[in-house]
Parts: sequence; C-alpha cells; structure tokens
Amino acid sequence: MAGLAASFGSGAMSNSMDDVAKHAQAFFVIGSNTTEQHPVFGTMIRHAVRYRGAQLVVADPRRIDLVDFATLHLRHRPGTDIALINGLMHIVLERGWQDQEFIETRTEFFEVFISSIQDYTPPKVEEITGVPASLLHEAAKILASCKPTAVMWAMGITQHIVGVRNVMALANLQMLLGNMGKPGGGVNPLRGQNNVQGACDMGGLPNVYPAYQPVSSEENREKFLKAWGATSSTSVGLTVTEMIPGVLEGKIHALYVLGEDPLMSDPDTNHIRRCIESLDFLVLQEIFPSETSIYADVLLPGASFAEKTGTFTNTERRVQMVHQAIDPLGEARPDWWIIAQVAERILERIPERIQNEAPNAGWNYSSTSDILSEINTLAPSYGGITHTRLERGERLQWPCPNSDHPGTPILHTREFTRGKGKFMPIEHIPPAEKPDEEFPMVMSTGRVLYHWHGGQMTRRAKGLMQVYGESLVELNPEDARRIGINGKTRVRITSRRGSIEAKAWITDRVPPGMVYANFHFPEASANELTHASLDPVAKIPEYKITAVRVELAG
Amino acid sequence: MGVYLKNASAEDDLTKLTIDGRKIDVPEGNSVLRAAEKLGIVIPTLCDHPALEAIGGCRLCLVEVKGTRVSQTSCTLKVTEGMEVITESEKLTQERREVLSLLHASYFDSGYPPGLVEETQYSKWIKQYGIEKQSYSHSQARHPVDSDPHPMIWVDMNKCILCLRCARACAEVQGRNVWEVNGRGYDSLMSPGAIGFTMLNARCESCGQCVAFCPTGALDNRMSMGSGGPDRLVATTCPYCGVGCQFDLNVKNNKVVGVTSKPDAPVNGMALCVKGRYGYDFIHHPDRILKPRVRKYLLEGISKPTFKKTDASGVKSSDWDWEETDWDTALNIVADKFHHVRESNGADSLGFLTSAKCLNEENYLMNKLARQVIGTNNIDHCARL
Repeated sequence: MAGLAASFGSGAMSNSMDDVAKHAQAFFVIGSNTTEQHPVFGTMIRHAVRYRGAQLVVADPRRIDLVDFATLHLRHRPGTDIALINGLMHIVLERGWQDQEFIETRTEFFEVFISSIQDYTPPKVEEITGVPASLLHEAAKILASCKPTAVMWAMGITQHIVGVRNVMALANLQMLLGNMGKPGGGVNPLRGQNNVQGACDMGGLPNVYPAYQPVSSEENREKFLKAWGATSSTSVGLTVTEMIPGVLEGKIHALYVLGEDPLMSDPDTNHIRRCIESLDFLVLQEIFPSETSIYADVLLPGASFAEKTGTFTNTERRVQMVHQAIDPLGEARPDWWIIAQVAERILERIPERIQNEAPNAGWNYSSTSDILSEINTLAPSYGGITHTRLERGERLQWPCPNSDHPGTPILHTREFTRGKGKFMPIEHIPPAEKPDEEFPMVMSTGRVLYHWHGGQMTRRAKGLMQVYGESLVELNPEDARRIGINGKTRVRITSRRGSIEAKAWITDRVPPGMVYANFHFPEASANELTHASLDPVAKIPEYKITAVRVELAG
Repeated sequence: MGVYLKNASAEDDLTKLTIDGRKIDVPEGNSVLRAAEKLGIVIPTLCDHPALEAIGGCRLCLVEVKGTRVSQTSCTLKVTEGMEVITESEKLTQERREVLSLLHASYFDSGYPPGLVEETQYSKWIKQYGIEKQSYSHSQARHPVDSDPHPMIWVDMNKCILCLRCARACAEVQGRNVWEVNGRGYDSLMSPGAIGFTMLNARCESCGQCVAFCPTGALDNRMSMGSGGPDRLVATTCPYCGVGCQFDLNVKNNKVVGVTSKPDAPVNGMALCVKGRYGYDFIHHPDRILKPRVRKYLLEGISKPTFKKTDASGVKSSDWDWEETDWDTALNIVADKFHHVRESNGADSLGFLTSAKCLNEENYLMNKLARQVIGTNNIDHCARL
C-alpha cells in the first residue's frame, strides 16, 4: 500500500475484478496464488484465459495451479522480483515498446528511472533470477503488445524486506506500458482478509485517521479534536510488528486485541510468546479461545459475522452489507457494542479527557448504521456510503464523497491522486536471510485453499478438515531423494529460530532448494521458523524467505 | 459468461417480436426464453441456467413459432424480427409431458432426507405436469446412493437426468472440468473423470458449483442433509478472503444450516469457493466463547502470577485459571486496568490491534477508542501479515 501511495498517491487496487476479467488482454500475475487465495477471482482469470483468449504470464517460484493455464511461467528465484521486473522493463525500453504519450502526459521523473534500468540487461537478469533471457523477451513482448495488461499481486510481492520497492517497480511497469486508469489495466493488489481494506480505510493504522488522513497533519488533528472532543498527538504510532516486540523494550504495557491471533500470524513465534507473556494486561476479544488466549487476562466473547449487521469493504474498494442471520450465541455480543462499552467505562474514569459538547464525543450508538453516519462526516471517501443506499441495491466503491455520487470503479482515470504518476528508480536488493551451509534451503510461507490464516475458523470446519486435516510441507522430489525420504513422510524443518515437524508433500510445485509451509496448524506453524526482518517503510515481515534445513523427522 | 438477458445499450439494434400475443423488443442475440422471462412468462426448463451457455439438451422449454412446422427449444432459439411465439398450447403440454415422462423413467429416489432444497426444480415440473411412474420406469436404484466419499458433496446418480449443468458449471464457471459423461445411450453416467475416480481424485476444488446448479438433487450439500430446508435466507458477505463474495445463509431455528449462492451477488454471481460455501460450521462450534472470562487473580485482587518462561500453559498457579463472569464485571476490570496503565505509564504504553475480520463500523470504533479515549496512535492490524 505504501508503495502505490508513493507512486500514485493512493494505495488501493486501481481497477475492479470484474473489469479486468472482462477487459484485460493479458494478465501479469506475480506473487499471487490466486486460485487458492482468492479462489473466485482465480476462476474469473481462468475463464478469461479459456473462453476469451486472454494471455496470462505467471511469475512465481512455485508452479502454482494457475500455471496450468498460463501462456508463460517465469520461475524466478525467491526474492528477485525487482530484478525480474526491471529486466522486463529494460527489454521494453530497448525495443521502444513503451507508451511514450502516457509517459509524457501523465508521469514524471522518467529520465531518472531510465538510467536506473540500464544495468538490468537480459543476461544479468537471467543470472540473478534464473529465468532464461529468451523467456524474458517473450514475456516482455506479451505484456507490451497486449493492451491493456492488468497486473495482479498479493503477499508474494509485499512480504519481503523490499516489499514496498517491489510494488513501486510494478507501478513503474504499468506507467511505462500506459496501462493505468484504463478498463482492463491497472495495478491490482489483492487484499488477503475479507475486511483488511476496510480496517485500513477506518483508521486501523498507526499513521492515519479514517480515509488515510495523516495523523502527522496538525489540520487533521484539529478536525478530529473538534469532532471527538479529544484525540491523539501528531506523532505516528507503532505498527503491530513494532508494538509486540515493544513489550520487552518496556514501551507497551497493555494490549487490546480484537479478533487477531498474533501467536499464529506473526513472525518468530517464540519471540512473540516472550513478548506477550510479559504484558501487564492483555484483553482478547474473540469468538474462539485462540493460541493467543493462553496469555490473555480477559477474554471477551465477540460475535461471528453471522450474528451482526454492518459493512465489509472488499479488495476492490466495494462496500457491502453484512446481515445478521442469527442471535449472538450465549452471551456473546457484537464487537461494536463491546468496544463502545469499554470506551464509555474508561471515559467515566477520566471525565476530564473529552469536551462533551463536541458533535461526535459520545459513544451511545444504537446500531452500526449510526456509526456509519458518523464515519460519513469524518472520512471523505466514505461520505456518501450509507446502509440505506446499500440496502437499496446500489453498488458502491469508494471514493464516494456524497449521497449523490455513484462510487468509483476505476481509480486514476484522468489523473493520479497525487497529480502525476511518479517513476521511482528501484534497485535489486538480496533477501535478509540467505541460505548457507547450515541452513541451505529457502522456505516460503502462505496459505492453502482449504484453510484460512491462523486456522481458528477453518480448523473448526468439519468438511475442510476432512479434506485437509494436517499441515503439508511442499518438498521437491530432488531434495526428498537427497535427504533420503525413501517412503517416509515426516520431515523436520529447522531455522535459526525454531523447528517444526510436518508431513511432506513431494511435488515439483516447489523448485529444488525450496520448501513451502503454511501457518494454519499450531503444531506445525511455519511462523515458529520465520524471522522478523521488516520492510523499512511498510514494516511487513519477510515471510517469503527464511533459510532452513530439512531433515527426516525422528 | 452465460446467457443472461442482454439489456439494451445505445448502440444495440432492437428486435421486435410477439410472445403469447404480447409485444416486446430486446437486443438481438437474446434467446426467446430470456425475452419471455422479461415479460414474466414462465417456460419450464431444466438444462437451462442463465449463468451457463445454452445447449437445448432437456427439450423441456419447447415453444411454437408461427410459420414453422416443429416445436423449438426456446433456450437456443434466437429472437428474430417479427417472430410470433406461443409458449402454451395443448401440443406443447403434450410434448413436455413426453419429455418429462422419459426423464422420470430413469429417475429414482431412494428416499433419503434432502438437504437445503426440499422441492427441486425437477420435482416441481414433475408435479406440475402430473407425471407418474411408467411400466418401463426403474423400480430400484441403478447406482450406489452416496457414491462419492467427498466430505461436503453428496452424490446420488439415480436422480441424474443428464442435463449436464454440473459439468457445464464446473467447466464454464469454475474452469475445472471434473464432471464428464461416461458411457453411451442408456449407460450414460456423469462421473468425476473416468468411472471409478472420486471427485477429489479428479482434482475437484470442492467449490460446490455443481451442487448449486444441479436441478434434481443428484448432487447435494452433504453437511445440510436432513435439515429439510431453511426457515429463511439471509444475504450476507463472506468472512474469508478479500474478494467479497456474497451468499445466502440458510437459517433454521436460529442456526445456520447451510450456504447457497445468491445469483445477483455483485462480485461472484453463482460462484463461491470451498471456504465460502462449506466453511461456515465454525459458527456453531462447541469451542465458541459464550461468556466473558477473566483470570481468577483479577477477581481476588492479587497480582498477576508470573509465567514459567514462554509457556503460559505451564503456569501451575490456580490464580491463572479462567473464571466466567457477567459482562459488567469483565468490562469494569478492563476499564480499570486500561485506566491504571494509562495513568501510570502514559497513553502510548497501550496498544490496539483491530481486526481485518470485523466490520468497518467496528474498526472505526477501535480507531476512536485508541485516539479519542486513550490518546494514542498505537493501533494496527494484520494487513502486514
């Protein structure tokens, strides 16, 4: 998100899924296992390829299912995305395939960018990425000749120490090819969780108020001070990847965790355990006693999605209704009710904190529709999105600034949010943790079709468990032979931080030298092994590259 | 995708026709079936579905066209200028009865309890046209009932009428081609891959599209078998990935008994993935937390026990046991503790992890709680993870 914000001024998916599925002449999918992670969008891509003849270029170290449908598969080494993308742009420039008019009218800093691409010649890129120069040429030709090409990515691009730079490189590519602001083109990061877009939009970030209004701006501070009768300072807060380690540094004493499971989802689980257990006070609001609940002081029973009404925002900025189908189970309560109760009770203890006459000082909400009305007045891009309009069947994608606005399916059509698109010179930087003699293989992590994230929901779904009931680690046949697997199935994977045992799936989905593990099962969670090396800007951990050793178990 | 009614846009040429004496104009390229539906005229169908390409397979949607000799299938018949269509006549009723009688001869219901749909599209037409079993009808099952071990999809090929909606949905919606016809003539049988394969062997992705499109109950949702149909459907948005599919929660006696496609869902139409369609039973899982819980030490007013390093489950002290409480007690403990930490260590010593699984409105409130009430910007969620 930070990468796109720097290039274009807005960090969200620029086009809609339906739009690219219908209009893209080619898809460039890099770092997204779309058919398993965003399955229904994955089927839309498959459909476009099969029935509409769209071209598909997949760049992924793994031979993911989408490769079966691809025109080309660029199997680059993990952590060499920038070299690959720069290499493709080098060929585009060398052949004069760039969209000169778009570059001249819509972008800036092109000259600086050109000079940064000079060194990425096909032979050099082949050496770094392992992708043959001839394939690079073919790929560049497809991307440049198919107008428009849509670029899609997910965590395979962002979960690196160079995540933000990877994204900027893709933004450069789409500007170079003139694919921005058009139906069927654009930059399309696929958001993982159902409402990760909404959580960002609503100010669930340490640097921005709702609708990405920076906390560092005095003007914004005053706006919220006036509305709420009190607010925070202009200094940016801590990210999750700083907050939890901040416990041991004495910075953080208490945590309020809503529906998250850091023990499963955060890198280097052992370290996370040490941090969480050192808290003075941990409140967890959840539907299940997750791994994190072992350390919680108070456990508040929230309601599942089926038990409450409100809105989610999907990856393409579309705001949609969630409807209550059943009463909350037992004494569980909708999370908005619980949060408001906590807020009111704290304020009773510090009445001097807020000026009560401020229009939005209070916490007396009778429904989520009430809350969205308050959001309408404070978050400009959500200004015109109401439950009433959504219930009428209106299809709204933000920005939707007022009640007459029809929403915005495609961003950046006439100009970028920041005015001109900014070309950024981006250099290849090797991953933080390189394989060595002791840890000779590379592990990448992610999810599988049948499970979800820390697995709190899907491990409690009977059918899903019957199909996929234990963690499988993907291991190339060549490596399997080398470690002498010989009919045995269990392997031990060890990194500098920990060790797990799991069943091996011998498959050429992974290239030799690479293993792929998930974090759905606590007894074999890949995050026991991962490390907390962060992207310097986005503070995203490098989940996709951990140096490991793989041996036969026990 | 499919043969949905094409609505007129500025550049379309409109075709005028008459159906049952009523005039209508629709853009060219539409089928007579879709044009009739637009007039609210119901033509019986089985193999047709607007999300799939038309094949004219079941021959139930026959209509008469003035000036032509034989009845034609309205799903594959394109509208032409001046066309005059009749959708109900004695001849058509007789022809449809014959079609249904032949289908019904090879259909056999072993009497197991149905899933989410009690009256299928098929049983509705059989009833409406008063079709009875014939002397040549099957009197017993030809195929094993529950013939595939798939944990979520129930297969009973005795109810199959070879409309191919499962195979077409798998190919056209899911892009997977698990289902195919094996054998010829009387022995024709839908099977996943070659006969003898199971669905999962045939690389099924368990999306359940085949079930959603099946008009007879030959394919059904195993997890809903015996639920006998819902009291009501509640449209909502999926809680898993960021695609934002919508579906109908099937509710019976305040319990979610199934998920079915909501054909007008903006993003996904009929399509869903395995987690969306079959990953709902966590809602009623016995592990659900049903009452607020606090650690005993908080009720006893003593200090927090220290953990044996890195393993809270290793805390032997009973002061660390859970105690269920009422909301008032739990909320006051939370407010007291947060207040205390804020007073002694400052607002920035508190941190808030909001949730990418919760509503926009709830995330907004977490942001307001952190910033307005506490006065810190330490708020984040798992977008990075």
